[in-house]
Amino acid sequence: MKSIKRALILWSVLALAAVGEAAAAEALPVVQQERVIQVTAKVSEYSPQEIILKKGEPVVLELTSQDREHGFRLPDFGIREDIKPGQVTRVRLLPQRVGRFTFACDVFCGVDHEEMVGEIVVVE
Amino acid sequence: MTTTINRREFLELAAVAGAGIAGVVFASGLRQASAAGSSMRKDDFFFLQMSDTHWGFTGPAVNPDAAVTLEKAVATVNGLVRQPDFIVFTGDLTHTTDDPQERRTRLAQFRDIVSKLKVKPVHFMAGEHDASLDHGEAYREFFGELHYTFDHQGVHFIVLDNVSDPTGSIGDAQLQWLRADLARLDREAPIVVLTHRPLFDLYPQWDWATRDGAEAVQALLPYEYVTVFYGHIHQEHHQMTGHIPHHAAKGLMFPLPAPGSVPKKAPIPWDPAHPYQGLGFRTVQAQAGGKEYPLTEWPVTKG
Repeated sequence: MKSIKRALILWSVLALAAVGEAAAAEALPVVQQERVIQVTAKVSEYSPQEIILKKGEPVVLELTSQDREHGFRLPDFGIREDIKPGQVTRVRLLPQRVGRFTFACDVFCGVDHEEMVGEIVVVE
Repeated sequence: MTTTINRREFLELAAVAGAGIAGVVFASGLRQASAAGSSMRKDDFFFLQMSDTHWGFTGPAVNPDAAVTLEKAVATVNGLVRQPDFIVFTGDLTHTTDDPQERRTRLAQFRDIVSKLKVKPVHFMAGEHDASLDHGEAYREFFGELHYTFDHQGVHFIVLDNVSDPTGSIGDAQLQWLRADLARLDREAPIVVLTHRPLFDLYPQWDWATRDGAEAVQALLPYEYVTVFYGHIHQEHHQMTGHIPHHAAKGLMFPLPAPGSVPKKAPIPWDPAHPYQGLGFRTVQAQAGGKEYPLTEWPVTKG
């Protein structure tokens, strides 16, 4: 029981860290099972490029690279991470606002680097 | 804290003598902003900023004149009646390529074309298209160091490299170098910073930022007269961080949309009715010992 309580506190801390200031002013979310979404990165594209989330749904993005080092920058959530070959980068999200939020590679990775963008779409 | 300069407050259209070219003149958002004039006092000087020439770019819908745009820009600069003291290129001299040999070919071609500029010296800096894929190795072979300083008539110029690290960072070593360079200056020394990416988070969704740019701005803030000129965003843009104005220049290959104005960043297509629209360069007049910088924007007209 103690360990579950500790896990819940940890999740709340991580979730708040991921959603940044926007969520900090809101009440602590109801804890749910987090959904895991695999996202692959390779020069010029993320797959999937569009990630649809429900408002208030906790998710973990598992980011992996298929070729070289990439970045993952999601400014509206205050998030930026490196994606290194052979490693899994986990990003926890707890979206609190409906809308479309652009993420992009911020490690210059080749001719088509500027094409390497995607969107988080948060729906009700 | 950043503040967008209200351009209308100091924009003043003026006809500027010089090879029949109309320039757009306004004072940069500095203290005692005054409308720029074409007259110069004895201790004034001016330099010229060219940016984002992207030599090697191809895309007929975006710029069907790509193969000669740089030559036309050089000819336009050479046609100015009053020539600047020096010229700076704020990065993306070439369009990127994954082929290291082709990168060198483009750098060599760029160097040959701009060698026809009448004005010397020319100060170069790299953009991510030139230097991010090989940490600036090829760039250095042609143009030397990626960060350096020079002085002109009492103004201290600092060239910062925020592109040879592919993460778009300045890096701890260069930040330390910057702090050491600043430490020997008087707090009222006129300082101009030249760089490629914006040093502030202009629009990170489009990678219009420098990851550790805030540290550079923090180091510059104690100095009273600092002005930053940069490229990267292919349009004129003016913004303040505290008392420091940051001025982005137009590009010389294709314009880009205003930050966040469209869902996806992409070059603005060529308008046959208005060829070369959105492309250009600027002259920067250093007044009052380098404490005020009226700017003049110039279109590309020769060819």
